[in-house]
Amino acid sequence: MAGQLRATLRATPTLLRVGVAETLAYRVEFVIWMLTTTLPLIMLGLWTSVAAQKPFANFGQREFVAYYVGALIVRNLTGSWVVWQLGDEIRRGMLSFRLLRPVHPFITYAATHISSVPMRGLVALPFAVILLFSTAGDLLITDPVLIGVLVVALLGAWLLTFFMLVMIGSVGLFVDKASAVFEVYLGIFAVLSGYLIPLALLPEWAQSIARWAPFRYMLAFPVELAIGFYHDRTDVLRDLGLQWLWVTAVIGAALAVWRAGIRRYEAFGS
Amino acid sequence: MIRVDDLVKTFRVHRRPAGLGAALRSIFHRKYEIVRAVDGVSFRIERGERVGFLGPNGAGKTTTLKVLSGLLHPTSGAAEVDGFEPRRREPAFLKGITLVMGQKNQLLWDLPAAETYALNRALFDVPRDEYRETLAELSALLDLENLSTKPTRQLSLGERMKCELAAALLHRPKTLFLDEPTIGLDVSMQVAIREFIRSYNQRYEATVLLTSHYMQDVTALCPRIIVIDKGHLIYDGDLRALVRKVHPNKLVSFTMTGAIGPAELERLGDVVSSEGGRIVLRVPQDRLRDLVSHALANLPVVDLSVEDPPVEDIMRELFRPGSAPEAASRAEAEAS
Repeated sequence: MAGQLRATLRATPTLLRVGVAETLAYRVEFVIWMLTTTLPLIMLGLWTSVAAQKPFANFGQREFVAYYVGALIVRNLTGSWVVWQLGDEIRRGMLSFRLLRPVHPFITYAATHISSVPMRGLVALPFAVILLFSTAGDLLITDPVLIGVLVVALLGAWLLTFFMLVMIGSVGLFVDKASAVFEVYLGIFAVLSGYLIPLALLPEWAQSIARWAPFRYMLAFPVELAIGFYHDRTDVLRDLGLQWLWVTAVIGAALAVWRAGIRRYEAFGS
Repeated sequence: MIRVDDLVKTFRVHRRPAGLGAALRSIFHRKYEIVRAVDGVSFRIERGERVGFLGPNGAGKTTTLKVLSGLLHPTSGAAEVDGFEPRRREPAFLKGITLVMGQKNQLLWDLPAAETYALNRALFDVPRDEYRETLAELSALLDLENLSTKPTRQLSLGERMKCELAAALLHRPKTLFLDEPTIGLDVSMQVAIREFIRSYNQRYEATVLLTSHYMQDVTALCPRIIVIDKGHLIYDGDLRALVRKVHPNKLVSFTMTGAIGPAELERLGDVVSSEGGRIVLRVPQDRLRDLVSHALANLPVVDLSVEDPPVEDIMRELFRPGSAPEAASRAEAEAS
């Protein structure tokens, strides 16, 4: 077990390097995919118009700019297309090749997706950072402890998103197409993660659901943390704890669905 | 060593007729059928053997290979490869085998094959020195020069299969499961791949289990064949013994400078064809010596050859409804 772990660690730099090469090879698709994550900019345009006259539920124009640009950045850093990748590989029987390699497919998928983060940063972040600093820079947190928590929260958001999508993609091992499940997920995610509108603008009952559901910890939590919406460190740590509880639960659930799906794959083939 | 004992693999298959009505009915009431893809197959393969795995489409060949490589779990029975139970897919097992599927490829589609090699080196934890040495050997054997740096999508089918083999063998597996490795390739590429498989087998004393629809792959590479049909093993043994038993006659071809009458030909054997000066006769084994002596002594023969019937004919005969088990079991009994 320890030997296998060491072998996996030795493989990681090459996995990441090949992942970067793949990202660069699919550069056009990559840019198009990135454009699909620009919904926050559209929402930003709408809400800043609404807030031009007077603040809406304590959100002025600057808050909307900070929130949606923050959402764009977090979405770019944590987004993943593993659902499509898994679905495609299951349908074409290519998953077999991953299963024949002595490293768990979760690790090889994760390496591919982590590798794309620097490229996404290169393309998306300068634009977003300039926009953020030029209009709402003073809202950003400067406390080193909170910045440290933000890094952990971003890692948590990445893991939560990745494994949630792996779990949904693994449903493709049971049903012909997992895309229908993904469509349902996307709708719920858009509302309860704060991707569509800031959670503070939702009705009280919806906010209660959002507070306990995992989606908020994929996006709104790191965004709200970064733009200084938290006034109390205790609240930050409580939400960080909840986020990592969800990370643990979703990794466990993804592994369970995957294992059950692979048992079925082994029973029925591709 | 590969050991397969009474292996059974069944699949539940959804069946429905064509048409909208049937499609709607199938939403509420699905009909399933249990298909026995592999049904009680047993065999042993010793280290370093090259074995051809033959059978018509749907016979259960690929299913067996997938069970042996750990991708499918047996419904019942046992499979063992080099002391490992494949279904567990332990890292040490995976490092000792490879599965090449001619109709699927593991190469990263938009990247040069060299990137897949690097990836496999890392995943199989091959030391860099050994990797460089193996890659150099494989490049020489497969003539990979200039191929590994082209994106996979720009390679021809044959070039892709060469790179596919290299990617599959970089970790120097001792057991090769090759499922149609020459499918769709032109004749010269088929020959190149065959020669490569033979030299890899000899160099590393690797066990090879090969399926192919090209009989020449099997006749050129595999002294032993295993034939399955509808999931049942119907023959396991020497290819020539099977040929002798299923078709005990030889094909004798003459080229002659002069014509001979039909009656004379009929007396010599069954006429398969007679065009110009070239005549092909089917002759029982025990009459072969007399016939050849007679022809050389009494007929204007300028060329003569004796051949077994094509293996394709043997397979056609073997898989003809009602004929397979009897013919094969006769051959198997004779061979053993």
